Amino acid sequence: MNPREWPLFEVFVRSRNGLDHKHCGSVHAPDPALALQMARDVYTRRQEGASIWVVRADHIVASDPEAKPEMFDPAEDKIYRHPTFYRLPDEVNHM
Amino acid sequence: MRATLVQTGAELQYLLRIGDSSLILGQRLSEWCGHGPILEEDIALTNIALDLIGQARLLLSATGELEGRSRDEDQLAFTRPENEYRNVSLVELPNGDFARTMLRNFLFAAFQGPLWEALRTSAYEQLAAIAAKSAKETRYHLRHAADWTVRLGDGTEESKQRMQRALDYLWPYTSELFTPTAEDDAVVESGFGVAWSTLQPAWEAAVLPVLDLAGLKVPARTPFVSSGKSGRHSEHMGHLLSELQYLQRTYPGNAW
Repeated sequence: MNPREWPLFEVFVRSRNGLDHKHCGSVHAPDPALALQMARDVYTRRQEGASIWVVRADHIVASDPEAKPEMFDPAEDKIYRHPTFYRLPDEVNHM
Repeated sequence: MRATLVQTGAELQYLLRIGDSSLILGQRLSEWCGHGPILEEDIALTNIALDLIGQARLLLSATGELEGRSRDEDQLAFTRPENEYRNVSLVELPNGDFARTMLRNFLFAAFQGPLWEALRTSAYEQLAAIAAKSAKETRYHLRHAADWTVRLGDGTEESKQRMQRALDYLWPYTSELFTPTAEDDAVVESGFGVAWSTLQPAWEAAVLPVLDLAGLKVPARTPFVSSGKSGRHSEHMGHLLSELQYLQRTYPGNAW
């Protein structure tokens, strides 16, 4: 990273009726406190949010896109892992 | 009681003073649109400008209503001559660099905070409601500007120098915020407003610790007092107004 450039922070916003924080973009900022303010200004101007998380982009450990075949493809033919094969007793509601 | 006050105009002048200060600072900050040092800060400054213009709209509408001469917010904002604007001179000064812009936002938000707080109990319900709404906006403006003040003051050699220069330039204009006026006395008597002179301790309590944290040296007070709130403005005001009023002056009554 160019030392004259501010680090990148990834921004996660929880909408007012949502339960989870969703990734919505990123901001450059000199430190976490200002990153939060900038995220507020850039990503919640239209009442999108009730809560914001920011995290330095280089603190995120991500899976390697190249490794997609061994990471995710093996799940492809294991349809029995989906719960659709179980018969629910009639007494069970709201599943 | 209201009738006499409207006659002397104290309430109107008082409302204009608050509304015009928001309007003019909003106009100044809007000059940053597209020129912010970084995209995120460009948006932040524009957001703050829009908050301030929103406050001005509410306050000028309320003024027009109280005045009873069927002038709306636009006519008040765009068609008055310079000496009828009642904003404090602090907000009409040129933006200068980012340091000065940010420091002025800080000094002014630290004043607006206690002002809104006191006006929440105004006998004029509309003003109390505007104060309650604006207080939230101002809290954010203050935090944003205070954070920058500390980071720049306590930053690099250059940013520190620029902040100190900004403080030396702006500080004398903060005296005006607290000078007593006849209007203040009148609105206090009717329960309409608060005397600005009483807000100084709260302002100092908000300002001084941050300046200290930023490592800035607070200049000594001088006898200089600017006079924007009585309608006598600095040489910068006319230029600002020519831009602010251009459209309504060129196409009177135009709307979109």
